[in-house]
Amino acid sequence: MKLERSLGILSLVTVAAGTVAGLFIVPADRLQGEVQRLLYIHVPIAWVGMLAFFFVFLMSLLYLVQRKLDWDLLALAGVEVGVLAIGLTLVLGSIWAKPTWGVWWEWDPRLVSTAILGIIYVGYLIVRSMSDDPDQRARWAAVIGVLGFVQVPVVYLSVFWWRSLHQPPSSPRSMASAFGAVMLFSFAAYTIAFAYLISRRYRLARRQLALELRGPEESP
Amino acid sequence: MSELLRRARAILWKDLLTELRTKQGLSAMLSFAALVIFLFSFAIGPNTTLLARLAGGLIWVAIIFTGTLSLGRAFQTEELAGGVRLLRLYPGDPRAIYLGKLGANLVLLAALEAVLFPAAAVIFQVDLVAHIGPIALVAVLGTIGFSAIGTFFSALTVHAKARELLLPLLLFPALVPVVVGAVGATDAIIGGNAMGRLGGWLQLLAAYDVILFVVCVWIFPVILEE
Repeated sequence: MKLERSLGILSLVTVAAGTVAGLFIVPADRLQGEVQRLLYIHVPIAWVGMLAFFFVFLMSLLYLVQRKLDWDLLALAGVEVGVLAIGLTLVLGSIWAKPTWGVWWEWDPRLVSTAILGIIYVGYLIVRSMSDDPDQRARWAAVIGVLGFVQVPVVYLSVFWWRSLHQPPSSPRSMASAFGAVMLFSFAAYTIAFAYLISRRYRLARRQLALELRGPEESP
Repeated sequence: MSELLRRARAILWKDLLTELRTKQGLSAMLSFAALVIFLFSFAIGPNTTLLARLAGGLIWVAIIFTGTLSLGRAFQTEELAGGVRLLRLYPGDPRAIYLGKLGANLVLLAALEAVLFPAAAVIFQVDLVAHIGPIALVAVLGTIGFSAIGTFFSALTVHAKARELLLPLLLFPALVPVVVGAVGATDAIIGGNAMGRLGGWLQLLAAYDVILFVVCVWIFPVILEE
């Protein structure tokens, strides 16, 4: 609890600091202008999405091996944070694409596969709602958690062969040092926020499960 | 291993026999696939050159839509009579159930495609007969990929209340590589492989088939547990 609270405060402070630095301290991009400042949230949030789904994959594998419901609850937390992050990534990307590419949406591999990735994990959430039995629910969800992650590289590769336009991935090395420093900082900030959200959601899921197992008649 | 295959063959044979005796599935599947092709052609308009260029995509959309409906039945007919539970009670590896159902699906879809491809060739005025070998290879690879993941999700969603919606929702994202690869390969063949990309599409399909098949076989027993 204490650790969680410190994580929360830390993520709030670092995300705020990264935002201030990205908005006011570093200069705007010479070619793209002010809109380029979206970089400092778009890319870190996309990273959180990928991190979340990798986390879900690991938790699902752990569940399949050990059959402990805690792994399932952690995976659920990961999926919810991941779907949120992917949704935000797509919205922020669209806002950025309109002034720079001239369109809200482009049939680029990364865009298409990111959107499909989001849909796969929405499917995960729906499969979870199919069963009231915690163990059965966890088994089905873990299956999607593993299979979904296996699909990602294949889907990406296939769409990549289908078409390509997106710029190469942004990394601190591909830009001027001040930009890179702010972005690295934002990566760290959003990763801390990710850990905080997972921890909160996991705690909530545990309480929900306990309530579910106790049954309605005994709850006050 | 041979024991596993023997069990799988028994299930495959049982499914095909049910299909042969009722004869409901295949004729409905054929009519449905034809309707999908007509509907898409109406939506696109009576532009013969455009339709010929889209032929590969339309054929595969028809196969996937029809195949999804037929997959929904694969475990549903079992479920109605409590068959899945009974099948599981038999001794032996539950993977035999997956392999048997997968085999039955492959046979049904192959029968559908044996009619659909020639019919589409006539309707869209594309020359498929000259390329029968490569087209058959693409059909086999695409259908294996589709059935491998489709049979798996069919078993997973059989208990769901809204399974008619849930099955495509899970299946279609997973099918993106099949659609891209199979349509790309079919178009490349129809266009005489002018861009030299046929090999790449076939590799994509083959890689997808192997990866998804291995993962599905490995993980399948989990979804039958109770």
